[in-house]
Amino acid sequence: MISMKKDIYSKNPEFCKNSYTIYICGVGGQGIIKTSTIIGNGAMNEKMNVVMSEIHGMSQRGGAVSTELKIGNYKSSLIEEFNADMIIGFEPIEVVRSLNKANINTKILFNTTPIIPSNITSQKNNYPDIKEIIAILKENYNYIYPINGDQLAKESGDLLTLNMVLLGAATADKTFPISKNKIISSMKDNLKPKLHDMNIEAIEKGYEKIKSFQ
Amino acid sequence: MILEKLLSNEVGKKLFLLGNEAAVRGAIEAGVSIAATYPGTPSSEIGNILYYLSKDTNIYFEFSVNEKVAMEVVATGAVSGLRSFTFMKHVGLNVASDSFITTAYNGVNAGMVILTADDPSMFSSQNEQDNRHYARLAKIPILEPSNPQEIKDMMIYGFERSEKFKIPVIIRTTTRISHMRGIVELGEINNTINKINNTINNNNILENVHWKKGFFKKNPDQYVPIPKNAAQMHKNLILKLEDIKKIDNKLNKIYSPSNTLKKNFKFNLAIISSGSSFNYAYDIVNKYNLGINILKLGFTYPFPEKEVLKFIKNLDGVFILEEVDPIIEKEVLVIIAKHQLKLSVFGKLNNVFPVIYEFSPDIILNSFKNFYKIANKENNIKNIVSEFNSKKIKINDYNQNRKLKNTKLNNLVENLPNRPPTFCAGCPHRSTFFAVKRTIKELNIPENNVIFASDIGCYTLGINPPYQTADYLLSMGSSVGDGGGFSKATNQLIMSFIGDSTFFHSGISPLINGIHNKDKFVLTVLDNRTTAMTGGQPNPGLNVDGMGDSAPEISIEKIAIGSGAEFVKVINPLNLKKTIETYKKAIEFNGVAVIIVKYPCALIKGLKKKKSMEINYNKCSHCLDCVKILACPAISIKNNKIVIDYLNCRGCTTCTQMCKEKAIKVKDSFR
Repeated sequence: MISMKKDIYSKNPEFCKNSYTIYICGVGGQGIIKTSTIIGNGAMNEKMNVVMSEIHGMSQRGGAVSTELKIGNYKSSLIEEFNADMIIGFEPIEVVRSLNKANINTKILFNTTPIIPSNITSQKNNYPDIKEIIAILKENYNYIYPINGDQLAKESGDLLTLNMVLLGAATADKTFPISKNKIISSMKDNLKPKLHDMNIEAIEKGYEKIKSFQ
Repeated sequence: MILEKLLSNEVGKKLFLLGNEAAVRGAIEAGVSIAATYPGTPSSEIGNILYYLSKDTNIYFEFSVNEKVAMEVVATGAVSGLRSFTFMKHVGLNVASDSFITTAYNGVNAGMVILTADDPSMFSSQNEQDNRHYARLAKIPILEPSNPQEIKDMMIYGFERSEKFKIPVIIRTTTRISHMRGIVELGEINNTINKINNTINNNNILENVHWKKGFFKKNPDQYVPIPKNAAQMHKNLILKLEDIKKIDNKLNKIYSPSNTLKKNFKFNLAIISSGSSFNYAYDIVNKYNLGINILKLGFTYPFPEKEVLKFIKNLDGVFILEEVDPIIEKEVLVIIAKHQLKLSVFGKLNNVFPVIYEFSPDIILNSFKNFYKIANKENNIKNIVSEFNSKKIKINDYNQNRKLKNTKLNNLVENLPNRPPTFCAGCPHRSTFFAVKRTIKELNIPENNVIFASDIGCYTLGINPPYQTADYLLSMGSSVGDGGGFSKATNQLIMSFIGDSTFFHSGISPLINGIHNKDKFVLTVLDNRTTAMTGGQPNPGLNVDGMGDSAPEISIEKIAIGSGAEFVKVINPLNLKKTIETYKKAIEFNGVAVIIVKYPCALIKGLKKKKSMEINYNKCSHCLDCVKILACPAISIKNNKIVIDYLNCRGCTTCTQMCKEKAIKVKDSFR
């Protein structure tokens, strides 16, 4: 007779093969859902199985937005606690809020420009210092990639390309399962032609930024 | 998503679709002719897409005034021989329920599908009711998809079964399924079913429309449920359900684990599951080698008794995983009792899984860990049942996160400012609420003597500080009936708030009731020219319909006057002084005073802003009223100075009007 005592903690390597999970978070209006769709579409084009969860609703009214992407044998679109392979954060404190999905080896890539909640003066807690956030994250996680995404987006021609800066940055990490070129072609499937050039530039800028870290 | 992709004729093509997009594709493939809804999250996107695609797909589509009317439009379509589709959020079916339940008696001639989108964990709803109960209440078959591909496939299956058995079919999704994206393989579009048949009608007028017309063949015995007929119809319905039980369906399927390593556990166990819960069950069983079979139920009413009996009869125990209520669990318990089986059931009723809120992989994994901790030390399964029975009811924390190990890190996480949704910059609701609060202050009425009866829409956000203009709420339109009730029950000042779309939906009858019964309250209709909360759909107050065509604009003012209201004012809430004056008069009025505050939602596309505001620091006394009392997201404090983000500012000028130092002016570059 076999006991289930220890076995429930052991994972089935066959099921976990080619698994990659990405948690994306930020504030409504930053292009988070579009970014996630482009990744998912890219994964599908590469013949991978992919599922994604997105929460809509109050997103246009300044609330937090997050999506979860799971590539691999999964049927459910929610990432288990401490199980994200990558977190892409569009806003610093939203990254901190997502840390229950992170483990020590999660790639945590984020934009350092804060969006202060509009009701901050009536809240008990202050907005934390960005440098301190980065320092604490670096103490606790092996792969922290803070980048000034807003700056790179403006250089690419429009602040709205922030999402492609961060996505380009993600493709520079060698664990990321979809190549930069495949992401660019998925972007073209999902955005209007007149926006392509600007967003290619944004993807390249983000990509170069992370390459310079490595 | 470029919507035209949904029209593709390429069979086998794969698209990465949202559940709601897949529902639209399903409607297109099934050859739907008539579709109607009232918008509600998490089903709203279906309507938003049909708004754009109806003419390309030969579908008549409308945003009906409410879900009950949508149900009636679709029921009459189906009885006239046209495939018809309605969809709504779970609480929408409450509104539609009066007609909905009788559709089972009346039956249909062409397929009729009702998609209900439930909202476990209440991401955007006032309750988390489980609409699978409605299938049992109405005796209507129900399907439960687990992903976008299944939504599309079940749409087609649902129409076929509906047509075969002449009964409507429900598809029940949840937020996680409607808002899940997954790979969907396209099937063939059935172009013959909804082929347009423009013909000359009785009055010699060419009916030149883009959708197919049907024909209603009279049969009052079947379609008019007077008591004598209804008695026969109920009998027929029961016989229909017996026939439906006999069909084989592919929607109920056994999944065996990929790894059978641990099949030899001392108890023979398995899982029965449906919808989103199946996804969690599948992932956990396979990822953690639980080595047990899962019966996935896609067709859950009439309950597949034979299949379930066959699946469970040799088991020692069965886990039931479902969201939200223990419905399958009770059905299984009935089968066990009926067939005098010996196996044990582990579900919500004996505290193995949490009783409310949506599940997640973590919740399911932890529940299994708990189960096996107890099961490992017991050799008699009955002892496990006793132990779980004696436990306290299992309710997960609403937003449960484990503590992080590092103290500094944990402090950072636990002391983050939150980011609640707020009224947008330039939102006319803010201007209205600001004026209302200012009026109450100027009249020296104590806050606890004012009851704010709220309703369903963006204005419910007024519940948050600094406004706190929501004290009581039940449902769509309830602010009006609640206003009347409070005016009979108390002597407090009653201020009811309802949006334009919500007023059309359910606000008119209670207004008539209030006036007729001599109630005294102030009713504000926040007419922001759209159905804002769900993403900006048109409503009868606008001159456009659900397919973008021009349509008669219905006047809220005339409705109020026609309902007998003697105090009716239409004002622009951006004029603070005038708004306060109007509210003062309304509060004095002895009866139902109706104020229609009319100004478009700041999110309506194409509205150009004319100006932006800035602070004149020579005059600013740093009183912070604009930050603390007005709470506009465009105004913030940076480096101890008040600043206005000119990109975010919509130029509504409410800040200029409320600033007592007159320190906020139009930004120079906009002059």
